[in-house]
Amino acid sequence: MRRALLVLAIVAAGLLAPGGGAGAAERLVTSLSTHRVLINSVFTGAEVVLFGAVEGDGTTPVRRGGFDVIATVVGPRQTLKTLRKDRMLGIWINVDSRTFIDVPAYLAVLGTRPFDRILPPDRLRRLQIGHRNVVLPQQIGPDIADVVTDDPFRQAFLRLKTERKLYIEDPTAVTMLSPTLFQASIPVPAEAPVGTYEVDVKLFHDGALVTRSTSAFEITKVGFERFVATAAVDNGLLYGIVTAMMALMTGWLASVVFRRD
Amino acid sequence: MDIYLPIADLPVNVFLVFAMGIAVGFISGMFGIGGGFLMTPLLIFIGVSPAVAVATVSSHIAASSFSGALNYWRRRAIDLALAFMLLIGGLIGTAAGVWLFTLLRALGQLDLVIALSYVILLSSVGSLMVAESVQAIIRLQRDKQAPPARHPGGHTWLHGLPLKVRFKQSRLYVSVIPVWGIGFVMGFLGAIMGIGGGFILVPALIYLLHVPTNVVIGTSMVLTLVTMASATVMHSATNHLVDALLALILMVGGVIGAQFGAQAGQKMRSERLRLMLGLLVLAVGLRFAVNLFVTPGEMFSFRLMEGDR
Repeated sequence: MRRALLVLAIVAAGLLAPGGGAGAAERLVTSLSTHRVLINSVFTGAEVVLFGAVEGDGTTPVRRGGFDVIATVVGPRQTLKTLRKDRMLGIWINVDSRTFIDVPAYLAVLGTRPFDRILPPDRLRRLQIGHRNVVLPQQIGPDIADVVTDDPFRQAFLRLKTERKLYIEDPTAVTMLSPTLFQASIPVPAEAPVGTYEVDVKLFHDGALVTRSTSAFEITKVGFERFVATAAVDNGLLYGIVTAMMALMTGWLASVVFRRD
Repeated sequence: MDIYLPIADLPVNVFLVFAMGIAVGFISGMFGIGGGFLMTPLLIFIGVSPAVAVATVSSHIAASSFSGALNYWRRRAIDLALAFMLLIGGLIGTAAGVWLFTLLRALGQLDLVIALSYVILLSSVGSLMVAESVQAIIRLQRDKQAPPARHPGGHTWLHGLPLKVRFKQSRLYVSVIPVWGIGFVMGFLGAIMGIGGGFILVPALIYLLHVPTNVVIGTSMVLTLVTMASATVMHSATNHLVDALLALILMVGGVIGAQFGAQAGQKMRSERLRLMLGLLVLAVGLRFAVNLFVTPGEMFSFRLMEGDR
């Protein structure tokens, strides 16, 4: 029911909203099921639903069908050090590392069908679509640059992120509800960090980019989680004293409750 | 029922964490130790980052040792003067440990140092405890009766050091230098490894300083209590890594488990207890050693750089 209403809202918005992709006969209207994902004490992950509709701009007849959609969701940027273990003096320790500068903490690439069937590889690379083509800048000496796609650190980084469900590549996650209406669910794992998540939706027809639409949602801690996380960082000393007092209270209560003499 | 931890940034099952608190509390009550050496690895195992685990366990140990110390206080089994002298060294050691913890974290070698310290310390202490208790059990079997209460060891060079102080309750007259030294090492290890160090402190006080056994556990608990409470404050103030919610679940489980553990412990012979504790310590140490020596399935790992939390 909620989804149906949302679709109606999108259609309505599409009819009213002006503007669109330059030179294209179609416009893309998208909406998210929520713009704020709240982390409370029972948060175990969430799902943000993306809805979209292809609308004509009134000047040229709208193509019916044959559309493809690729949605890229990029989470807040973070700097991560990827470490490689090697055997040294008989034990396995981290010997080598690369620092990935300002890479997405979260990256989901969702499509209507395998990306290489939507676009040729060089176009995918230029549009930076998919894990293979995303730019992951590394600190290399004094320079910051992306490396070749088969770089072991880059591959390990993508693998680890994918294992933790923070990087997602799903070429069948976008469902066409009708030739011009589509829907996709964006999985947000519990580990996803707080911040702004930008949703970029690209519309393709016959191997060409027709238009795109961007929106965003935000992940924030609320209530008790927010209070604790903020207190721990902003008033570290006070937070520590309160935690220590809590420990002493618990210990004292136990010794009173379980007193045997 | 899952609950989201605000600092560790991951959801955990409340009942699992509570059960871990009870289990470790049971062992800590049984042997009169804090149990940090078990709790920290368990937390790392369920996905808490080593840094958050070490910082959070300090408050859990503060709770269980305060509850234990109060019990010993009622029985007048604490040498406050000795505890105070140990504390002087302990607090300096804790500050030094938190400082090194912060430094190693910045260098990216904290996990290795935590793992190596566990291997070295736990394997060696565990082996010593097992060897000593097995000898005691064999001796008992041979004699078929308890040996006369023997003052452990004779006077060592430690007793020849200057700055001698009289500790009335322990009937000791020793230099404060080894007392400060032991306190320093305990505080230092506690801050870096997330252990109270009761399993090392108690033997150290008995064998190095000849503290009588009736006051040794209570006194060691006072030291553990103060170093761990201050480690909680210091870790919070410098690294912002103490998860109060995780700590609360752990400590409530811990103090309950400790009561049952203490009852179970009283029914057992002391050398049997020491053997079991020694095996447990050794097992945890070997578990860490396996991780270091066996070829890992995944060669790569990543971690967030400072300032991005």
